[in-house]
Amino acid sequence: MDGEPLVRWGWIGDHLGYLWGLLRDHAVISLVPVLIGLALALPLGLLCTRFPRLYQPLAAVFNVVYALPSLAVFVVLIPYTGLATRETVMLPLTCYALAVLLPTTVDGLRAVPEPVRQAATALGYGPWRRLAAVELPSAVPYLMAGLRVAAVSSISLASVGALVGRGGLGYLFIDGFQRTFPTPIVAGIVLVGLLALVTDAVLLLARRLLAPWAVRETAVRR
Amino acid sequence: MNWFSWLSAFFTDPDRLHGPDSIVHRVSEHLILSGEALGLAFVLAVPLGLLLGYTGRAAALVTALTGAARALPTLGLVTLAVLVAGVGNTAVLVPLVALAAPVLLVAACEGVRGTDPDLRDAARGIGLTHRQVLWQVCVPWALPALLAGLRTAAVQVIATATVAAYVGLGGLGRYVVDGLATKDFPQTLGGALLVVLLAVATQLLFAALNRFALPAGLRRR
Repeated sequence: MDGEPLVRWGWIGDHLGYLWGLLRDHAVISLVPVLIGLALALPLGLLCTRFPRLYQPLAAVFNVVYALPSLAVFVVLIPYTGLATRETVMLPLTCYALAVLLPTTVDGLRAVPEPVRQAATALGYGPWRRLAAVELPSAVPYLMAGLRVAAVSSISLASVGALVGRGGLGYLFIDGFQRTFPTPIVAGIVLVGLLALVTDAVLLLARRLLAPWAVRETAVRR
Repeated sequence: MNWFSWLSAFFTDPDRLHGPDSIVHRVSEHLILSGEALGLAFVLAVPLGLLLGYTGRAAALVTALTGAARALPTLGLVTLAVLVAGVGNTAVLVPLVALAAPVLLVAACEGVRGTDPDLRDAARGIGLTHRQVLWQVCVPWALPALLAGLRTAAVQVIATATVAAYVGLGGLGRYVVDGLATKDFPQTLGGALLVVLLAVATQLLFAALNRFALPAGLRRR
């Protein structure tokens, strides 16, 4: 890297459209799995609170899934999903998101105080209405804390996807490394950080709107 | 061709038994790199975390730091570090430490902060100095949290050390990256499987430590 500056601003200026495309690509690859994970975690979490025996084995399975190295999982899935398709990266990311979101959903649903539950029943709420009006809103702070963890780690994991051919901003790292040209790498790191920051801020805002009573930060396990 | 024949092709290859590309050698490279990163992160983060947890200062900063660390794209840091510092273990250690240190910092900090306040008061009340309270009450109390943090950090570092191969270092990632580059799928798959096994083994090791190595009074759950 003799004499090459860390950032060539000119390159960034010339490639704004290209960087924007990669950023959008990255957002889709990393955030759609989180949404799918949420859509799966809610019914699964409900099942686990209704049938508590289900929870331990499921939690154990997802604990193992969470520990699997992302690059290895991307690679193992290639025979099924094909090289350089979005699914190769999005499928494991969905599993990671689910692994984070399932325990937080269950914690959130269990956090409803028993007197509150009984009060709702006494007011004549059936199980479904109680779920929609009392239990789910109470779980929102937990869910949002889990979503923040899941979304931010998904955004950073998705960049490894570039090694198996797809990965939005991760491609900048490969490109910069192969050409011994640090500017794209720096740009990639900054953009991944920005995407994570913006996503996190949006989720925080959503929590404020959906659960204004939960002023205090809800701790999440991982 | 199926997974089984791919894997048996990989594991029966004579290159996997001896020499620099053998499984034993790659596994030991991987473990040494991960161990160095984890050790360095531990030395840097744990004392600071204990101190911050005990004084109760900078809690917001610690939380913000973990969030930021979670967003760091390791592949980007690794490639940048190599371009800036040249190929070598040091270049790869930086991102790995950056990955593990915040996890340990938070574990130490939260562990100490979670000490039963009555217990701390009682310890102060019977005349222990702050230093003694920290070492004799808070640190033992924080051990399970610390062990949990160490487990998370270890698994993350082992998983991420795979990426080190991309910039030309050894370890199990070598199989994955070389296999991808030469379209040698058995090798890629075999390497990926070994990384998975190593990560799962680490999880099991820490589960066992949690069960058997902690003093009886500290085991929770």
